[in-house]
Amino acid sequence: MSQDLYTQIVNSPPGGFIAKRVGLPQPTALDRYAPGQPVVKGQVLVGAAPGGRLSSSIAAVLGEAKIDTATTLAPELRTAAADAGLDASVFNPEAGGDRRFKGLVFDATGIKDSAELVELQRFFHPSVRKVQSSGRVLVLGTPPEDTKDPREHTAQRALEGFTRSLGKEIGKGATAQLVYVAPGAEDLIGSTLRFFLSPKSAYVSGQVARVTPGQPVPADIDWERPLAGKTALVTGASRGIGEAIIETLARDGASVVGLDIPQLGEDLKKVTDRLDGEAIELDITSDDAPKVLAAHFKAGVDIVVHNAGVTRDRTLAKMPEDRWQSVLDINLSSEERINDALLKGKRIPSGGRIIGVSSMAGIAGNRGQTNYATSKAGVIGMVESMAPVVAERGITINAVAPGFIETQMTAAMPIAVREPGRRLNSMNQGGLPIDVAETIAWYASSASGGLNGNVVRVCGQMLLGA
Amino acid sequence: MTPTVRRVAVVGGNRIPFARSNGPYAHASNSDMLAAALDGLIERYNLQGETLGEVVAGAVLKHPRDRDLTREVVLGSKLAPETPAYDVQQACGTGLETTIAVANKIALGQIDAGIAGGVDTTSDAPLALNDDLREVLLDANRIPDTAGRLKLLTRLRPGMIKPAIPANQEPRTGLSMGEHCAIMASEWGITREAQDELTIRSHNALAAAYDKGFQDDLITPYLGLERDQNLRPGSTPEKLAKLKPVFGGPEGTMTAANSTPLSDGASVVLLASEEWAKARNLPILAYITEAQTAAIDHVHKREGLLMAPAYAMPTMLDRAGITLQDFDIYEIHEAFAAQVLCTLAAWEDPVFCKERLGRSAPLGSIDTEKLNINGGSLAAGHPFAATGGRIVAGLAKELSERGSGRGVISICAAAGQGVVAILESAGGSK
Ligand SMILES: NC(=O)c1ccc[n+]([C@@H]2O[C@H](COP(=O)([O-])OP(=O)(O)OC[C@H]3O[C@@H](n4cnc5c(N)ncnc54)[C@H](O)[C@@H]3O)[C@@H](O)[C@H]2O)c1
Repeated sequence: MSQDLYTQIVNSPPGGFIAKRVGLPQPTALDRYAPGQPVVKGQVLVGAAPGGRLSSSIAAVLGEAKIDTATTLAPELRTAAADAGLDASVFNPEAGGDRRFKGLVFDATGIKDSAELVELQRFFHPSVRKVQSSGRVLVLGTPPEDTKDPREHTAQRALEGFTRSLGKEIGKGATAQLVYVAPGAEDLIGSTLRFFLSPKSAYVSGQVARVTPGQPVPADIDWERPLAGKTALVTGASRGIGEAIIETLARDGASVVGLDIPQLGEDLKKVTDRLDGEAIELDITSDDAPKVLAAHFKAGVDIVVHNAGVTRDRTLAKMPEDRWQSVLDINLSSEERINDALLKGKRIPSGGRIIGVSSMAGIAGNRGQTNYATSKAGVIGMVESMAPVVAERGITINAVAPGFIETQMTAAMPIAVREPGRRLNSMNQGGLPIDVAETIAWYASSASGGLNGNVVRVCGQMLLGA
Repeated sequence: MTPTVRRVAVVGGNRIPFARSNGPYAHASNSDMLAAALDGLIERYNLQGETLGEVVAGAVLKHPRDRDLTREVVLGSKLAPETPAYDVQQACGTGLETTIAVANKIALGQIDAGIAGGVDTTSDAPLALNDDLREVLLDANRIPDTAGRLKLLTRLRPGMIKPAIPANQEPRTGLSMGEHCAIMASEWGITREAQDELTIRSHNALAAAYDKGFQDDLITPYLGLERDQNLRPGSTPEKLAKLKPVFGGPEGTMTAANSTPLSDGASVVLLASEEWAKARNLPILAYITEAQTAAIDHVHKREGLLMAPAYAMPTMLDRAGITLQDFDIYEIHEAFAAQVLCTLAAWEDPVFCKERLGRSAPLGSIDTEKLNINGGSLAAGHPFAATGGRIVAGLAKELSERGSGRGVISICAAAGQGVVAILESAGGSK
């Protein structure tokens, strides 16, 4: 997928000169992942507030991922690195030297009181200027709801303000996230650390993810193909974001099944043929759709991605019922019916993944999109309500909420809507379908048993609805 | 037949005071300085006319004309001309490596006594012809007729007159030793304050050693110099803090004070079997009991250029069956204050000790009150090949004065090498 024209122009020397003169935002060309690349191209610095409980889990992940690592002089980090077989160098901000980091990881679980939040300042103040372009900032905390002491709850909740603000000021295409790791989920952080440190999370920033106890990481996991042996269904797979999703899941080793409306059957087949996958021509809102799918997946389907979606914009005063209803039915109700049929028919085995596609509109609301935003907020509701239900079967359900993604849908917007939509975020640019797809692949990974009930936005930290 | 191994005694040492580059020794050659140090040793231990087993020395910056530098110096000395000699060159490890070479032959009974040493001048440094000029001249030499030669000489260009000055630069990285050490300092988190503190201690300790006469029988004054020219006792952290960094860029922590200056000087050490020393009524200051050399890959594995001693040490400790804490004196060559501090940090670090040294536990920390107690290279200066001899002689004397104890020497060298050795008091270990 090519960069948008604006990014190309302002990154050309004359364009950049003009953009600077007239004060246009200067988007950075973001690093994106290509198969075979290392998880991180550069060094990752690890720090910790005293008394944290994640040092050894972090060191284990970085060691296994062969990430070039440095740590602060904290003795617990040095010991943890040694125990994990992580040949980490030392970083002492007072020791000078031209050090540059591609990632900063901070274990904040030791912060038990608001007075100790100063540990954030102490670690990030000297290191933040050393972050390279497309760099990554990760703060790991304890979910406030899992703390025992009110002071600790308060302090852990406070972390969110820090990462969200840092995401807005760090620049250079760098991102900042908060990962809450519940007690007992320490061994499940691998897929999340890898995702947030790698270029796969190029357009994800200012987010909060929760890793909670769940199915263990398979011992024989192949991180290049974490979906090997899995079957994945992607709806709306003939184009746009759906096409990127099905390609990415196939790249990660899944046998893929694409679904789209019969009118797009030819386009769909082109996509699935390319990926050695199957094509299902089906309108998901049709009465027999749940039954058709349950029958199709007699042998089971491990990953279900509800991507198909439409907009039918109109202010409410001008919104007839059919326009309302078709959007709600495609974007939400049909997904609920399909989930129910597949779950009731035991078509999704233990280790299964259901993934919804919400939208920034569903979080922030949008003029002219009462129907669409209602359906997309409903997707978040579906994730919240179903997470505990599917957990009992070893299944997870999560959603992405894309912001402005460069697709046919957004290309068709009037320029006055499109340009601000593209620029009003921390990255000063729109995202690409692959950015949504990578986030979905992170949820889908066999190593992501600790992710359930998450809604992560793929919006470049859009200024609206923050 | 397996040879029996004998104890090797350090009888004594001698050196000339070390001078700063282009200082009082600006016009002294390597052979002049080595001869001066050797003459002083011969004088002190009455070696006139002795045929020794061998004399081994070397220089890091050596003129092509100094073929068999050490042998020529022996021939010019009062030792018997029948004393064999050879040169060794292992960057800053030279002085200690020559000591080990001589000691090993004594231990095996191949010789009974010998002298080890080293010398260097950065003032009278060898200049090479510019490579382009060298090529033209060599080509001319290959042509038999004058006309042809003259024609060839038209290839000469003014730029070719510029000599190739030997650079203090690693051939495979293009970085100077200081730049390499600056990377190490950053990777080990060594602060400017810690480096400056070590520097002040080094100067004060060496000055105190001179004041109490400790150096009297270790030094022969030379060309008007009686103490090391670089010595500046009484400095303060505030004064040193004012200096600009010379390595590691504007944010660097290494200055002209906490790095050794380019220096000129020479040192020698007399080693012998116990019988040989006793037969001549010569003192036995200490025994050399262990030694180890190691090298690291600073080119492909990104190990710090001057970290090899950190590897040599545990190998030697294991063989000796002792720990890093089992020493009364630590002599760690202060090429740069940061090198010493990086080495100590590495031994304390669980990651380095496990990942790089393959050990289950760190070597641990040392009592820094026992470190370089009579001053180090930061104060004395560091004529590359002469440093080993300075340290061996000084440590042996300190052990002899104490009457007991054990000391260890650690010297880093360019090209990723490091040499360590153990000396034990002739009065026995504590
Ligand atoms: N593009 C963005 O900026 C953006 C932002 C937020 C959310 N989203 C969401 O991402 C998803 C994909 O969006 P896109 O931009 O790729 O749009 P798109 O219109 O290019 O693709 C949507 C696909 O869904 C299919 N589809 C629609 N109705 C269907 C039905 N009833 N049955 C089966 N398939 C049906 C369409 O045929 C199409 O192939 C949608 O859910 C959308 O709401 C997109």
